[in-house]
Amino acid sequence: MAHKDSAPHGAQGGHGAPGAHGNAGAHAPAAHDAHAHAHPTWKQYKWVALILTVITAVEVWIYYIPSFVASKLFVPSLLIMSAVKFAIVVMFYMHLKYDHRLFRALFTGPLIIAVVTIISLMFLFGHLAVRLGS
Amino acid sequence: MSASPALDHVEAGAHGHHYTTTGLDNRKIAIWAFIGSECMLFASLISTYLIYKGRSVVGPFPHEVCNPPACATVLKPILNIPVTSASTFVLLMSSLAMVLALAAVENRNLPKHTTSDRILGSSKLWLWATCILGAGFLAFQAYEFTSFVHEGLTIRTNLFGSSFFTLTGFHGAHVTAGVIWLGTLLAIDYKRGLGPADAINVDIAALYWHFVDVVWIAIFTLVYLIQ
Repeated sequence: MAHKDSAPHGAQGGHGAPGAHGNAGAHAPAAHDAHAHAHPTWKQYKWVALILTVITAVEVWIYYIPSFVASKLFVPSLLIMSAVKFAIVVMFYMHLKYDHRLFRALFTGPLIIAVVTIISLMFLFGHLAVRLGS
Repeated sequence: MSASPALDHVEAGAHGHHYTTTGLDNRKIAIWAFIGSECMLFASLISTYLIYKGRSVVGPFPHEVCNPPACATVLKPILNIPVTSASTFVLLMSSLAMVLALAAVENRNLPKHTTSDRILGSSKLWLWATCILGAGFLAFQAYEFTSFVHEGLTIRTNLFGSSFFTLTGFHGAHVTAGVIWLGTLLAIDYKRGLGPADAINVDIAALYWHFVDVVWIAIFTLVYLIQ
């Protein structure tokens, strides 16, 4: 038996109901068939963990390079790495990449509102500024 | 299994999915809606921290040395990046343990021939691992809070202290709730075993746990690393 190589999520027809689908809880067996092959495997989970660890190590490493901290690249690179980690966890560990569109909408909608709120407040309180004209 | 087919149907319904007109399980819709609302809660807390960042009149400060008269004596930057990096790693590993716990529950009925199969298929092992790693993260946070208080930073000291303790305290409370939730799943697993029929309940707990993890990913960068 290839337990390790099988798709761990939804391999038994999802969350337990025979005929029901594993990833999104959809009724239609056809939906299950269409998505069953797309779940992460054990190896993918381990690779995801490794990538997250490496990115975290890089984040901490650049924190200790004074010349890089002083450069304009420091904050954007940290934000990009953080966003990549965030997206990886949401897509693979939370299975949102394989889940129903409604779940994606329920998460990304409020997330967009949250990010826009943070950016708006940063502008409002003068932590960010847009230079207009020359 | 009861003697009556009708009763069997009722029992199956009691443990089965709760479908909506969308064809999706209502519990899963609810947890995603909850996670969406939590995004906005943490956005407000992170915004507050960022707005007040650099506006404290008295020290200690997160990334800067505090010199008199802002402080009675010269104080080092208070954030301890090595300790927080370790706690971040612990939380990331807890997410790996959580997905393995969910996979073990879903694949409980698959035959396990090798030692590797038995390890990967042990929901108790991975739930314990997640609980212990979550508790380890809380221990790191307790250590950090205690050391901050000893160094003179409390929730009342300055704007940094107020916003920092509120933000990380709320996150810690969420982790605590998650550890308790996982503890209840572990108790059920010991009592009657968690099988594929329970996978939706484990999945919902896992989604909450991963959300707590992604919030920390944001906090670690925005609060600890960006100076």
